[in-house]
Amino acid sequence: MLHEIFIAPFTEFEFMRRALAGALALSLGACPIGVFLMLRRMSLVGDAMAHAILPGAAVGFLLSGLNLFAMTAGGLIAGFVVALLTGLVARTTELKEDAALATFYLLSLAVGVTIISLKGTNIDLLHVLFGNVLALDDQTLVMIAANATLTLIVLALIYRPLVIECVDPGFMRTVSRAGGPAHLAFLVLVVLNLVSGFYALGTLLAVGIMMLPAAIGRFWARDTTLMIAIATASGAASGYAGLLISFHTGVASGPAIILVAGGLYLTSLLFGRVGGLVRQAFPGRHLEA
Amino acid sequence: MTAALRFRNLTLGYDRHPAVHHLDGAVETGALLAVVGPNGAGKSTLFKGIVGVIKPLAGRIERGDPNPQNIAYLPQAAEIDRTFPINVYDMVAMGLWRRAGSFGGIDRASRSLIEQAIAAVGLSGFEERAIATLSGGQMQRMLFARLLLQDARVIVLDEPFNAVDAKTSADLFDLVRRWHGERRTVLTAIHDMDFVRANFPETLLLAREPVAWGRTASVLTPGNLLVARRMCEAFDQRAELCPEEQAPALAPPGEVARAGNQPVP
Repeated sequence: MLHEIFIAPFTEFEFMRRALAGALALSLGACPIGVFLMLRRMSLVGDAMAHAILPGAAVGFLLSGLNLFAMTAGGLIAGFVVALLTGLVARTTELKEDAALATFYLLSLAVGVTIISLKGTNIDLLHVLFGNVLALDDQTLVMIAANATLTLIVLALIYRPLVIECVDPGFMRTVSRAGGPAHLAFLVLVVLNLVSGFYALGTLLAVGIMMLPAAIGRFWARDTTLMIAIATASGAASGYAGLLISFHTGVASGPAIILVAGGLYLTSLLFGRVGGLVRQAFPGRHLEA
Repeated sequence: MTAALRFRNLTLGYDRHPAVHHLDGAVETGALLAVVGPNGAGKSTLFKGIVGVIKPLAGRIERGDPNPQNIAYLPQAAEIDRTFPINVYDMVAMGLWRRAGSFGGIDRASRSLIEQAIAAVGLSGFEERAIATLSGGQMQRMLFARLLLQDARVIVLDEPFNAVDAKTSADLFDLVRRWHGERRTVLTAIHDMDFVRANFPETLLLAREPVAWGRTASVLTPGNLLVARRMCEAFDQRAELCPEEQAPALAPPGEVARAGNQPVP
């Protein structure tokens, strides 16, 4: 009985196994990225970047149809251009990162929509907007896995400068020039994971698998490492549970995954050990010293 | 004696308005120099120039040791994100950047250095505390521990004893004294004139332009302080171009210098 509910869908259907592999790989890469976005107070940057990528992917789609390579390349190019320009403007002018990003992602969005309106629309584009984790082919799966691997490697390489750059950017500037490159590499990773995310969850929900697990982690851990571990675990759990719910009830898989993550988030918000609402209401007796 | 820092007709500022104007002079290696002056006198600007955060508008700064990592800097208001989940130990460990960099491990020797630094500022027992839970004084102690580990030959402290109680500032000044004893060059911006008179052998009185630089007793005279206060008050939005780019003669160390921008007749 339990086997039928929890395991059989994956042993019996290949598309479920692929979807699970995709969801797990996605959370391995996207969740740590989400934690840093949250800690840098850039939680909405993921959302903005997803908008920035969309036109690039759409252009790739219009030029060569539902071609994985063209769409990925288009999305990456649009995302990188926006990320790099944002980083440069934020570092060299009075504009802060949020304002710089807002200007460039809106421009990117406008350019993309203009191109689409010139070329006419296509119903398949909905695939890009909402993704389909149940239809991952080999190519896509390999790409998601490759992106996750690359993310973990690069994150390991830039972890220390990235953390210092987050806590004390002034100090980082005086001891090393690594802060800027580390930050830019991080923005590139954000884009990479959004591109992965939009095949599985669509451009609109790709950010969900980044930010919701990160927020969950914040409610359970006081240090960065544990926070990343918790975020990744809850991202993976959401993927698994969301796919099961989708399989048994027939609701769309992408939203199901994000809704599970949302449920975990609300639970953490209430009962989290670090700053959860119940904990704040009943903190227990104060200590002696 | 060699100079740790030498300013040559240095002008620093923002949007072409000078905040430090035509500064000349040298900070000898091992000096313990107080930089005093009213608010807006250019103390922080000078320090930012020394550590290279801002570029000179004119003139230049010559560093005795060209390696920028040999200058440690404590800004007036550190841009620290205090909500970031990091503890005191890791924060202090950042001071070992020069030794460890991005990838280097923290070995047993480094760990003992970190523990010694934390003990030296009186924060033993706080290692695991998140920085969000520290008081202002504890925060400043932690930053001094990080400075200790940076082990730099030149240390630049921008108003390090502001908003810090007497006990803490005395403890922290003991570290400054220790650095002085190790022949490190220490520059400190500070407002407490009595404290300067009692503790700093050498003082630079700044009021955008250098008013006086030399032995503390000969710099902190009532006349000089009055001049400094008057000079700082005017900041002209529609200032004319500075008429001269000549380099005034370099003031010999120990002398009272009134270098600067005399109006061209």
